[in-house]
Amino acid sequence: MDEKPLYEGSFTVVGGNFDNAGEVSTNIKSILKKIGLSKDVVRKAALVAYESEINIVSYARKGMIRLRVVPDCIMIEAIDEGQGIPDIEQAMQPGFSTANQKIREMGFGAGMGLCNIRSFSDIFQISSEIGKGTHLKMIIKANNNVIQ
Amino acid sequence: MDLESVVKALNLKVRSGEDKLKAEIRGGYVGDLLSDVMANSKEGDIWITRQVHQNIVAVASLKEHAGIILVHGSEPAKDTLEKAIKGGVPIMVSDLPGFEVTGRIYALLSKRTD
Repeated sequence: MDEKPLYEGSFTVVGGNFDNAGEVSTNIKSILKKIGLSKDVVRKAALVAYESEINIVSYARKGMIRLRVVPDCIMIEAIDEGQGIPDIEQAMQPGFSTANQKIREMGFGAGMGLCNIRSFSDIFQISSEIGKGTHLKMIIKANNNVIQ
Repeated sequence: MDLESVVKALNLKVRSGEDKLKAEIRGGYVGDLLSDVMANSKEGDIWITRQVHQNIVAVASLKEHAGIILVHGSEPAKDTLEKAIKGGVPIMVSDLPGFEVTGRIYALLSKRTD
């Protein structure tokens, strides 16, 4: 993991701002495409970034998404300042959601986000502290698909 | 089959992305839950939905959908349309309900591959 990254950067996500939701993930996707990663890997990473971004917008005051790309994997971290998750096991259950009506009306908050993030990542870690925030760490293997 | 053929066959009204109608449709996906669409739709799909808010543009563009069809007389919200025009995402509307739009497009696409 100490090899020189192909890309390293972080992106700020504002909580509650649905107007620009998806912009960070769109940006991340185009960065990954430019690096020349395989379509499948870019597709997985874009989904992981999008769901992480929507979670911050939906539930946190603010947060950031960190992206680090090395030749054999993509690391995405979503770190937010928010209320935190009281019961992670419950939050990971498909269909469980604490989303309010406004969020649900837009087609978010179906209790699928975290499950999708986990299933599209090769390594998934979640930690949360009540009243402080949540930290997600995902790794997607690139399987030496980088076109140099 | 390209988007233009579907627009003609179903008499869809094109609200944005008029210059992208030559795009090839590879399949379709129906859904109003954005996480479901993000996880299960594919590149080149035509996305059939009733969601009209601006976040549909980000989803369609991230998934590289051929376009979005809003059904049952739904119209894109003003900011949705602005984003779709800016991002070059075709949004089309139909007065028909989702079931009918989906059935007709499914039939058109199957005819082509049979």
